[in-house]
Amino acid sequence: MEENKRLVKVPTMAEMAANGEEPEVLFWVGCAGSFDDRYKRVTRAFVQILEHVGVKYAVLGTEESCTGEPAKRAGNEFLFQMQAITNIEVLNAYNIKKIVTACPHCFNTIKNEYPDLGGNYEVIHHSTFLQQLINEGKVKVQGGEAFKGKRITFHDSCYLGRANDIYEAPRDVLAALDADLVEMKRSRANGLCCGAGGAQMFKEPEPGNKDINIERTEEALATLGTGNGVIATACPFCMVMMSDGVKNKEQEESVKVFDIAELIAQAEGLSK
Amino acid sequence: MIQLENIIFLIVAALGIGLFVWQIRKIRKNILIGRDVDRSDNPSERINKTLLVAFGQQKMFKRMLPAVLHLFVYVGFLVINIEVLEIMIDGIFGTHRVLGFLGPFYDGLMAVNEILAALVIIACAIFLWRRNVTKVPRLATGVEMRAWPKMDANVILITEIVLMFALFAFNIADLKLAALNNHTLPGTFPVSSSFVNIFGNDAGTLATIASVGWWIHIIGILAFMNYLPSSKHFHIIMAFPNVYFSKLWPKGKFTTNPAITHEIKAMLDPSYQPPAPEMDAEGNPIVQRFGAKDVEDLTWKQLMDSYTCTECGRCTSVCPANITGKLLSPRKIVMDTRDRMEEKGEHPAIFAPNHYKELGVERVKTTDEKTLLRGYITPEELWACTTCNACVESCPVNIDQLSTIMDLRRYLVLEESAAPASINAMFTNIENNGAPWAFPSSDRFNWAEELYVPSKN
Repeated sequence: MEENKRLVKVPTMAEMAANGEEPEVLFWVGCAGSFDDRYKRVTRAFVQILEHVGVKYAVLGTEESCTGEPAKRAGNEFLFQMQAITNIEVLNAYNIKKIVTACPHCFNTIKNEYPDLGGNYEVIHHSTFLQQLINEGKVKVQGGEAFKGKRITFHDSCYLGRANDIYEAPRDVLAALDADLVEMKRSRANGLCCGAGGAQMFKEPEPGNKDINIERTEEALATLGTGNGVIATACPFCMVMMSDGVKNKEQEESVKVFDIAELIAQAEGLSK
Repeated sequence: MIQLENIIFLIVAALGIGLFVWQIRKIRKNILIGRDVDRSDNPSERINKTLLVAFGQQKMFKRMLPAVLHLFVYVGFLVINIEVLEIMIDGIFGTHRVLGFLGPFYDGLMAVNEILAALVIIACAIFLWRRNVTKVPRLATGVEMRAWPKMDANVILITEIVLMFALFAFNIADLKLAALNNHTLPGTFPVSSSFVNIFGNDAGTLATIASVGWWIHIIGILAFMNYLPSSKHFHIIMAFPNVYFSKLWPKGKFTTNPAITHEIKAMLDPSYQPPAPEMDAEGNPIVQRFGAKDVEDLTWKQLMDSYTCTECGRCTSVCPANITGKLLSPRKIVMDTRDRMEEKGEHPAIFAPNHYKELGVERVKTTDEKTLLRGYITPEELWACTTCNACVESCPVNIDQLSTIMDLRRYLVLEESAAPASINAMFTNIENNGAPWAFPSSDRFNWAEELYVPSKN
């Protein structure tokens, strides 16, 4: 297969605008997707899917900046609005209409909090985007049988689920794989947070008797049972927290944490 | 015929209702301490929500057993109130079962009433059991569940049981008296008719029992009504407006402060003209705090939330921070808000605010500041929140605990710069690098290097 591959040149908005072109959709990569080594793999998997189906997309590249979400949840409304207003200027200058992102925190902020500051876009999360590609037959998941019999449990992201009522899209995406989907006791609207939201990602937990990600990982491991399994996530913070939890429980050999985009890219033969 | 008894009744009822109105005015005044917020939009959506969540008890059904038991008490409350109306009319005009003319409808109503009253007794007994014997954790534990809230819950449950027994005593004696006098009482009484002989055959005794039962029921109801404003049981009234005024937008959308927007726009563009600030009555500009330090910095809706809270603890029992032993309890945030509001503003007949220090609660490190922040709610609690919205989702009466937590957190950060050091480091990173981590923004696009996809041919 080595010879049958091509190098991807990820298009930026600056280049597109210079050529007088507009993308169908802007892929908002997010800070974790840009800098976190683990989540960069999710970004790359998602771009592979975009390239594979031939969607006309672009990224902001180095013009992208933090949405301000962690600042807002930490109470720093001033810094949040500075970031938001600056980002909105960039997005509006490029006449962006539709945005897809693999981060539920970016998704929630751009979709729900940017309109008050003059940023009005159609914003969709990559779980919904992938669900649409599957429904339209653009992604066929022909390698889905590789997952046959594998147990997968989906961990709901708070900012996708309760915050925006998106529960089925990521599950529909996973259902396209030939896997054995199992639900944790606390799922959908009753899902338990991974512990990273509200800027907790950037601080030590307050005094308590357990870390939240351990509580959640224990639940996921109990749901998967013994043997190999996958914890599927759709959020960079959940990814970090669940991966750390699995490591803490010394289960990283048998239990893997994957983003739904990575699972689809694998099943589509786009990456390993 | 109007007798002395009717006049006494009229005076008792007038006193009871008057006291209640007086208390409601105080509570209204307290709620209006809060900042203004417009929740008059989308009335049809709001009515739908009220029908589903408040009248329809939709969110209660996340937990089946308490939902069904609560439904008995709730429907019992609504239906038995029709008989209370009759009791009032009878009491004022000296009539006897004045609605009896409704015939078969009255029969049905009385029958349903009696069955519901029996179910209310059963449900309240089980609730007492859950609180005091099995000690369901969310009802029995937590630093905010001190002596008063625990007693409050028991007072209500016992009162409800007593009220129902009084109703039965009245019906049983009334039924037996009618039988002794060979006339038919309007109504059907499936429960009382089974116990019709328990009070004996003496007409005098029966008349006294009927009368005492009637008086206990009516005085009980008036007393209960006046107890409500001091109690968690106030939710039976507040649940309806609170659900009506609850937020309609996605839970993930937090409020935006327009004053900050103007400030930033003026900073970025010197020609930007911010709107003139609002003036108070003396013509001085109103300077609002950023975030909330005390109850007047919260909105009236957030204050209304605190009067609606039933202290059921569903929010706390699903809070990831609380589950893992952190101090944060969303219920405590709401209960503290009510305590502080009544301490600062008006207070109803019974007033028992929770001062953690005085109660020897070690874990909540409050200070002597007379404010909601630090005097009641500590930064440790606020910084434990993951903003996951589990509390908001779980609340059967649509309280928005998270919005209060966020407003207090905003005050800590915007007015006091009192964020934890690592959070301040994150702020600095965003300011300097446009990312919460210390990576140079020039590296932001490095992820795209050396990326391949299979070629299609």
